[in-house]
Amino acid sequence: MDYNVIIDNLPLYLNGLWVTIQLVVIALVSGFGLAVPLALMAVSKTSLLRFPAKTYIYFFRGTPLLVQMFLLYYGMGQFEAVRESVLWILFKEAYWCAITAFALNTAGYTAEILRGAIEQTPFGETEAAQACGMSKSTMYRRIILPGSFRRALPAYGNEVIFMLHGSALAGVITIVDLFGAAKIVNARYFVPFESFITAGFFYLCCTFCIVWFFKWVEKHWYAHLRPRIS
Amino acid sequence: MDNRNTALVVEELHKYFGSEEVLKGISLEASEGDVIAMVGASGSGKSTFLRCINLLEIPTSGKIFVRGELIRMKQDRYGVTVPEDLKQVERIRTRLGMVFQQFNLWSHMTVLENVIEAPVHVLKMDKIEAIERAEELLHKVGIHDRINYHPAHLSGGQQQRVAIARALAMEPDMLLFDEPTSALDPELVGEVLRVIRQLAEEGRTMIVVTHEMDFARDVSSRVVFLHEGSIEEDGPPGEVFNNPSSERFRQFVSKYVEQ
Repeated sequence: MDYNVIIDNLPLYLNGLWVTIQLVVIALVSGFGLAVPLALMAVSKTSLLRFPAKTYIYFFRGTPLLVQMFLLYYGMGQFEAVRESVLWILFKEAYWCAITAFALNTAGYTAEILRGAIEQTPFGETEAAQACGMSKSTMYRRIILPGSFRRALPAYGNEVIFMLHGSALAGVITIVDLFGAAKIVNARYFVPFESFITAGFFYLCCTFCIVWFFKWVEKHWYAHLRPRIS
Repeated sequence: MDNRNTALVVEELHKYFGSEEVLKGISLEASEGDVIAMVGASGSGKSTFLRCINLLEIPTSGKIFVRGELIRMKQDRYGVTVPEDLKQVERIRTRLGMVFQQFNLWSHMTVLENVIEAPVHVLKMDKIEAIERAEELLHKVGIHDRINYHPAHLSGGQQQRVAIARALAMEPDMLLFDEPTSALDPELVGEVLRVIRQLAEEGRTMIVVTHEMDFARDVSSRVVFLHEGSIEEDGPPGEVFNNPSSERFRQFVSKYVEQ
């Protein structure tokens, strides 16, 4: 075991960690932004709205993230039209390909989590909202979505961890994220165990932070479910 | 008749659930200050009737006038009756406070937030003013000390009193109670009935669907007895309880007296 190599290459790992955090945070934030309208479409009574959302969710949950990322990174360049469009600014770079794939993927899963949570809204709560004259949009904004986000939280915490771990795929398409850094260290010094266990350690730390963060949010958001200490 | 204003007129209300007719042409007039107790066996249609008034249930046919304003209905392309103007329905609903059997408080909000929610976000009332009013109302229903609690931390009777405060916060023209005490433990019924009785004494217009015969007898100004979707008996409590014209009502009441 030779950990001197690792210590020498710590800046590379820390850089990788920073890239991983960027990838995951940007993908999660934009993915969530996409997931909310998708989930609202998926629970709509109008099939014209529901069908595209359901298809989207089905596609992104139905294919591996690696395939989705390869389709964007390698597949898009094949089309003249894409190469000449503004989209090429995005797709010519591995970094943005990875983020786009991650965002679209997490949006699919998150939308499905939210759809379930929205459909579990207690009927009486929407009825009470209607009875006091709330419009549909106010009801979604004030009653249904705040309740649904709370119900979705544990499942969403899982999705965030999956996204973190899924982001290791970025290392496959030349991005030097945590996994990419580990690959480089291994290639230079051929110390596979040390290189990858170090990456694993950093992923573990990130997961710990995520778990801790969700615990904290639950504490604040779940006041209404906790037994009251009087 | 007296010279009070008409609060509600319902004409020939019919409601079908599939092929089953649960309301068979109900007409009812309520003046301001009326306290109407609607009684009847389970399945007689009394809750459905109440829910038709604020269109939580869409009547199949019939007319509803709230303070003289007709709720406009139309047929959609499948021939189903639907409201013509949702904005009108929403506006009228703000004038009709509703209290449910299962309280239906918003579980992620505190007591105070539940009460100010609709005034602030539907009536666009100033938040400070809404909080002041909410505190007054919560005081009135005797739950002022639980203002920052969540509904899950309250007893059924307390939740129902919050629900009443929430309905009152809209300053409605009329209150609709849908079996307000049926989901409560017997020892909690009293505290809720006391609040409703107090509201009746203030002269508020209310329709109360209830199984509490004592309440109907003592508090209401009028008792309406529904049987299988039709009104069988309608009159002041003294009259209908002492001298009912319908045999079915006589039987219905005697069952309760035995208990």
